[in-house]
Amino acid sequence: MTTLILKRLGIGLVTVIAVSLIIFFGTKILPGDAAQIRLGQSATPENVAAFRARLGLDQPYIVQYLVWLKNFMMGDLGTSLASDVPITDLIADRYHNTVFVSVLTAAIGVPISLALGIMAAMYPGTLYDRVLTLVSVSLVAAPEFFTATLLVLLFVFVLGIGNAIVVGSTEGKGLFELIAHFALPITTLCFVIASQLIRMSRAAVLNVMSSPYIEMAILKGVPRKRIIFRHALLNAIGPIVNVVALNLAYLVTGVIVVEVYFGYNGLATLIVQGVQTRDYVLIQGLGMIFCMTYVILMLVADIAAFASNARLRHPK
Amino acid sequence: MSTAKQNEHYVAPYDDGVSFDELPDSAPSSHYSPSWTGWLGIGVVGFWVFIAVFGPYIAPLGENDLPFPDDYSEFQMPRPGAWLGTDESDRDVLSRLMYGAGRTIGISFAATLLAYFLGVVLGIGAAISSPRVDMIVSRINDAFLSLPTIMLGLVVVAAVGSSIPVLIITAGVIYATVVFRLARALGQEIMVMDFVEAARVRGEGRWWIITREIWPNAAMPLMTDFGLRLIYVILFISSLSFLGLGVQPPQADWGSMVRENLGALSYGQSVIPVIAPALSIATLTVAINLVVDDISAHSGGKLSKRL
Repeated sequence: MTTLILKRLGIGLVTVIAVSLIIFFGTKILPGDAAQIRLGQSATPENVAAFRARLGLDQPYIVQYLVWLKNFMMGDLGTSLASDVPITDLIADRYHNTVFVSVLTAAIGVPISLALGIMAAMYPGTLYDRVLTLVSVSLVAAPEFFTATLLVLLFVFVLGIGNAIVVGSTEGKGLFELIAHFALPITTLCFVIASQLIRMSRAAVLNVMSSPYIEMAILKGVPRKRIIFRHALLNAIGPIVNVVALNLAYLVTGVIVVEVYFGYNGLATLIVQGVQTRDYVLIQGLGMIFCMTYVILMLVADIAAFASNARLRHPK
Repeated sequence: MSTAKQNEHYVAPYDDGVSFDELPDSAPSSHYSPSWTGWLGIGVVGFWVFIAVFGPYIAPLGENDLPFPDDYSEFQMPRPGAWLGTDESDRDVLSRLMYGAGRTIGISFAATLLAYFLGVVLGIGAAISSPRVDMIVSRINDAFLSLPTIMLGLVVVAAVGSSIPVLIITAGVIYATVVFRLARALGQEIMVMDFVEAARVRGEGRWWIITREIWPNAAMPLMTDFGLRLIYVILFISSLSFLGLGVQPPQADWGSMVRENLGALSYGQSVIPVIAPALSIATLTVAINLVVDDISAHSGGKLSKRL
């Protein structure tokens, strides 16, 4: 068990290094370099060379990579090429929007989806189960901006509440004002994760329900509700944590589209701007943050899967 | 854990391969008779394929033509001459939708084909090569698999800019990683089956074993997976276009049409320019999903459970 988790942590570490290599060298193939871009076209070659030396760009790639990785670990993400501002300052202005929306999506979306999924597993084959499955099958294949559009139409045009575009500053607002402010992006993301989560939690519970000891309980005459809550759910917790972590990892993609759709300032809009302005220092820093979040959530998902497996936890 | 496998990038925690769930229980039946949901899916997919191929010929206007050159105002309501209204630059939404169909579907289909070509060749190649080569290739593949696809897309577009060939190659390579895992696992599973053993003992060559023994058995699960992968590629390409990093204006594709016309939600008369392309993508992907589900249910596979 411990060795398995250590092994998985080791793989996680190797993955992070591989990810950093991909991001660093992926952005290195950009034409031009930081010095040239920062100083502009009119800079003399001597100036550019001097500036290159100051940024360490005259070093071999491998040295540059190691310096960059060390700085990243120390929390120094470099200076934006487009705006000449430290990346950490750019992020500081915006990260709370992204974190707030993601955390609230998880806090609202996960419990509701799990409850719906487990209810579907309690009454498989009923009308409720079939309708829920049909809706989630459809939503899972639909793009985030389709869900967002439907919600905007419903809230703004039919019900007449909310605002299609999230504008204005969030400073000095209370929690409930903030929730109202971000109601549409949060609801959209809840739908995005719900579609997967409902199906997967339903499947996880049904999977446990088909095991022999549950069959035993059914034959013994234990009521269905009691079977679910006392017998099945405990063993389904591991797979469910796994499913939740996986889906939160997919939020990384959803957040990018939703931030751009509703037009509020967050980390995802920042990285999209970075791509448009070819600000590769920004892309490297933010890319690492997004990918590390993703890798860590995947890691949690896998470890949850180990930890829930009684046979791995208590080896013979 | 098989329940989690429908996820685009699910990496099994401790078993290295794909379980037997991936293989159909019985030999695939050559007679596929769709259920009503299957027919519905086939109908919608067929409709969009028709539009994708013939759209530019039957579209009422060119993709950048103005239906009412004298009456310049954006986001007009539908009326004769512009049956879906006009967009943010007063262009005909219907015509752009028909031009865009070809690009969205064409790019996605080409990318999925490329992903399959790379993934199947490398995956089955890894399955039959030495354990050392297999391990190296698989580890590299896993590193790419552990990145969010959209991030890889952003890095590539930032590096080389966006054009249709770049989009096809990027999506093709990114999704080849998923196909690689499936093809390798299928190859490994089939490799140890008795009939392959028998062929090897018979002294058949490697190429013969691949084409005559492995491929016919791996084809069916790969075909149904192709549909699923196509859905993810359509969503990926549309998302990139929506972020402004895919198909570039003034060329239309469905994702970029949603982006261009987002203003309609705040101050337009008509919200059709946003709804129409978003709804088109959704109907296409949901319809493909219905067909894949139906086919796999009929061929005895367990794909319907995975979905």
